[in-house]
Amino acid sequence: MAMQFMLLFSRQGKLRLQKWYVPLSDKEKKKITRELVQTVLARKPKMCSFLEWRDLKIVYKRYASLYFCCAIEDQDNELITLEIIHRYVELLDKYFGSVCELDIIFNFEKAYFILDEFLLGGEVQETSKKNVLKAIEQADLLQENRIRITARVSMGGLRKNLY
Amino acid sequence: MPAVSKGDGMRGLAVFISDIRNCKSKEAEIKRINKELANIRSKFKGDKALDGYSKKKYVCKLLFIFLLGHDIDFGHMEAVNLLSSNKYTEKQIGYLFISVLVNSNSELIRLINNAIKNDLASRNPTFMCLALHCIANVGSREMGEAFAADIPRILVAGDSMDSVKQSAALCLLRLYKASPDLVPMGEWTARVVHLLNDQHMGVVTAAVSLITCLCKKNPDDFKTCISLAVSRLSRIVSSASTDLQDYTYYFVPAPWLSVKLLRLLQCYPPPEDAAVKGRLVESLETVLNKAQEPPKSKKVQHSNAKNAILFETISLIIHYDSEPNLLVRACNQLGQFLQHRETNLRYLALESMCTLASSEFSHEAVKTHIDTVINALKTERDVSVRQRAADLLYAMCDRSNAKQIVSEMLRYLETADYAIREEIVLKVAILAEKYAVDYSWYVDTILNLIRIAGDYVSEEVWYRVLQIVTNRDDVQGYAAKTVFEALQAPACHENMVKVGGYILGEFGNLIAGDPRSSPPVQFSLLHSKFHLCSVATRALLLSTYIKFINLFPETKATIQGVLRAGSQLRNADVELQQRAVEYLTLSSVASTDVLATVLEEMPPFPERESSILAKLKRKKGPGAASALDDGRRDASSSDINGAVEPTPSTVSTPSPSADLLGLRAAPPPAAAPAPASAGNLLVDVFSDGPAAQPSLGPTPEEAFLSELEPPAPESPMALLADPAPAADPGPEDIGPPVPEADELLNKFVCKNNGVLFENQLLQIGVKSEFRQNLGRMYLFYGNKTSVQFQNFLPTVVHPGDLQTQLAVQTKRVAAQVDGGAQVQQVLNIECLRDFLTPPLLSVRFRYGGAPQSLTLKLPVTINKFFQPTEMAAQDFFQRWKQLSLPLQEAQKIFKANHPMDAEVTKAKLLGFGSALLDNVDPNPENFVGAGIIQTKALQVGCLLRLEPNAQAQMYRLTLRTSKESVSRHLCELLAQQF
Repeated sequence: MAMQFMLLFSRQGKLRLQKWYVPLSDKEKKKITRELVQTVLARKPKMCSFLEWRDLKIVYKRYASLYFCCAIEDQDNELITLEIIHRYVELLDKYFGSVCELDIIFNFEKAYFILDEFLLGGEVQETSKKNVLKAIEQADLLQENRIRITARVSMGGLRKNLY
Repeated sequence: MPAVSKGDGMRGLAVFISDIRNCKSKEAEIKRINKELANIRSKFKGDKALDGYSKKKYVCKLLFIFLLGHDIDFGHMEAVNLLSSNKYTEKQIGYLFISVLVNSNSELIRLINNAIKNDLASRNPTFMCLALHCIANVGSREMGEAFAADIPRILVAGDSMDSVKQSAALCLLRLYKASPDLVPMGEWTARVVHLLNDQHMGVVTAAVSLITCLCKKNPDDFKTCISLAVSRLSRIVSSASTDLQDYTYYFVPAPWLSVKLLRLLQCYPPPEDAAVKGRLVESLETVLNKAQEPPKSKKVQHSNAKNAILFETISLIIHYDSEPNLLVRACNQLGQFLQHRETNLRYLALESMCTLASSEFSHEAVKTHIDTVINALKTERDVSVRQRAADLLYAMCDRSNAKQIVSEMLRYLETADYAIREEIVLKVAILAEKYAVDYSWYVDTILNLIRIAGDYVSEEVWYRVLQIVTNRDDVQGYAAKTVFEALQAPACHENMVKVGGYILGEFGNLIAGDPRSSPPVQFSLLHSKFHLCSVATRALLLSTYIKFINLFPETKATIQGVLRAGSQLRNADVELQQRAVEYLTLSSVASTDVLATVLEEMPPFPERESSILAKLKRKKGPGAASALDDGRRDASSSDINGAVEPTPSTVSTPSPSADLLGLRAAPPPAAAPAPASAGNLLVDVFSDGPAAQPSLGPTPEEAFLSELEPPAPESPMALLADPAPAADPGPEDIGPPVPEADELLNKFVCKNNGVLFENQLLQIGVKSEFRQNLGRMYLFYGNKTSVQFQNFLPTVVHPGDLQTQLAVQTKRVAAQVDGGAQVQQVLNIECLRDFLTPPLLSVRFRYGGAPQSLTLKLPVTINKFFQPTEMAAQDFFQRWKQLSLPLQEAQKIFKANHPMDAEVTKAKLLGFGSALLDNVDPNPENFVGAGIIQTKALQVGCLLRLEPNAQAQMYRLTLRTSKESVSRHLCELLAQQF
């Protein structure tokens, strides 16, 4: 399972997280992002979650206001990639507690840290929810100055599609 | 987990992000960002040393700004400083910044590597993991050079924590993918394989990915992974849904690991060890069985995880392609999914079935789903699913269902999405050609393609239909009739005009007998489209017009009028102007014979791979093509499909390296000032590039000559000038004919086209035609080797009196014939008076330094100048009686050498050249024929009678002509044919 990149973007097309597992120039990254956001947003709800794009396969799924979109190689397994997305959403949900788009905006660095524990170099590193969160928890224990962020407004969470 | 926010307290960051979100416009956002950048810059440059927290906060802000899409050109040093912080969160932010904004500044790389080195050596697992994540995220060559040697050690060290092992495995994988040369194989590889046995499922999950990648390049080094992977897989699939605790996902045990193990096994052939193989097959069966069990959960995650394993299992079964039972079960399973309510599953089932269709064990099973797939093509609402359905139809197509599939795809094309039309067009064109049972169906299909989706019919497609029509005599009349009808439509696509223009120019004569498609009607139909077409098409039509002048002299005046019009002669486009000028001149100055020579029907195209197939391959990559041209199903249909079927007149066997359109397969002669490439009109039509630009160099006259030469690399010698007879070497110069020369000659008594001679080096093909006392012969010399022939010199020699009986004009051919190439030589033949011995063809060349020479008899016999004569029984008997002098009759009684088949005999007699007269001989078993031998000096009337005796397996052949020698000679020639 070699994932090439993962993009999170909102219904308005705002990029919320980007993770690239292949070396690309900034220009190419921007071009790809623009193209894919457009393509995926144009698709209707009941359409299938996979599409061919260039020589890659795109697997995407929408959770509340956010689209999670992964590019995998021709031989890779689409369904297990869908579940990679889902497991990542679960991890975010568990960590933030009913995660919503704003959590990812205001704590983008956390979203990246969680992703790094789960996927590394485009491959699944650890699938156990407990183990991933343990790694993040340990890190949190090491930190100081916990301050509650007040700007957080619930948007109904990404949960809608979770359970 | 309490519902508190997990900020690590960077209030300033949160405020900044809020500000940005509150910006009402892009300008406001940029203003706010610039303000922040100025602030951060001043902080970084300020005198006061920043504490770690502030540094972290500002670096994080910079990162946020960068991720918003703005450029960041400072702050790298501060980020690097954070790497050496003892506070985890500061270090973490530092690494994140470095991972996202790598900078190849060498100074920084050195500092970064230093920090990573320290963390790797720290024995603090969380720090080690951060460092490994950073290496994996950056994955640059510099990092590879610095750490590729250390990481294997960390990976297999006994005291490494599990989480460190996991990160190390995937970090190494990333480095190996980026620069395989930097990762040394060694003693550690064996220990990596044994990680498949690790207690910790996470370690196994990470290790499988690494091994899968490494074993592709070094399959033998990692062979032991097969049995370990099989036993791991077997334990997982047979475990109860709760056994694996946290590695169970929605009641499915370790789906990610299972999929990865199945992928690893696809790097190898089926296990050799019977026990291992047995265990694997059992596991695969278990997966297939579980698919039939009721779901343990209604959640889509459960079915996705379960089916992810199922699809990967099917991939492995297809990869092995050796277990018919499993293949058919897989097919049945996919068949169930074809009608599943989940769009995703229908999509994947169609995709997976495509590969299943190419297995001989499951091809038939796949075919049973044809109706469902056609239905999917019609009813699926998602274009990507429809595309999969079209792919599958293409993959499952064979002789038995081709008509149905092609017609469904054509119907689909009318409503297909623009994005996939061209691909569908290519597929239809390929299937129509590959499985054509009769070529009229093929022609109909392609014309339909142009009608329905003309814009998407690429050049390759319409070139191809012309190639096939040109090479197949039996479809030419039909093609002419069909394009003529298609052109009647008030609005027809320009591609239709191109195909129509070309076909009518070549074969319009075949339908000219019908007053509804008489020559003037054909011309005015084509010309009505002329003004609406592009320059390239108009150029093609001009060529059609000059061909019309040749085919239909009655159209000459009209066409000359068109060519003469100011809009042509003074056309702003040089190509059109040049064609108009040259064609006009050609039609006025050239005699009909010359015109007929210049505008000779196109010779057949050499066999080759379909250019359409090549195009589809280019479009889809090699993977897609493998399903297309798999030889297995081809074998049964090679008679008609694939490349152009070798017709008797297709005499060349160009090497596979011949270019797509073969016309240019023969390189231009080195010695000649390449006119062929300068833009032979007829070649232009087929050239790959943009319509050839008119050559500016040659004067109109020269261009004229070179353009109109038949598409072969001939000498640039003027066609209209007297073709100088090839310098005849004296008979003493040439060797005796090869021993089989007579036998070869006999083959051509009753036919005009075929392979005259073939050995290891050279193939000589003949195509010829005769009219009255004139003939034209094309000789095709094919170099079968990969080495160039040098001093290549074919000459025609007239031994004895022949010089006064037969005039043969030859043109020189190029002195070099490249390996795999073919050159063509044209012979103009005139029969002056009756003759008995054929001319000799001497071919001399140097192959690899050794001189080669070869003498053959040229297949020109007196009967070639036969003109058939129809007559009634009464006339026949009257003439028969008139030729009753003993010397006028020649008779032979001989034994049949071939089965006595009346139809074959008829065909031979017609090929011989005489007319066959029915109802003349009272015995219907007998054959009676009549004709006139045309020579310049005299005409010789001939009557013949052939009486087969089936019982005795004998024939009696009688010939009566006005000339004794002719009677005897014809009798001898013909007697050898039965």
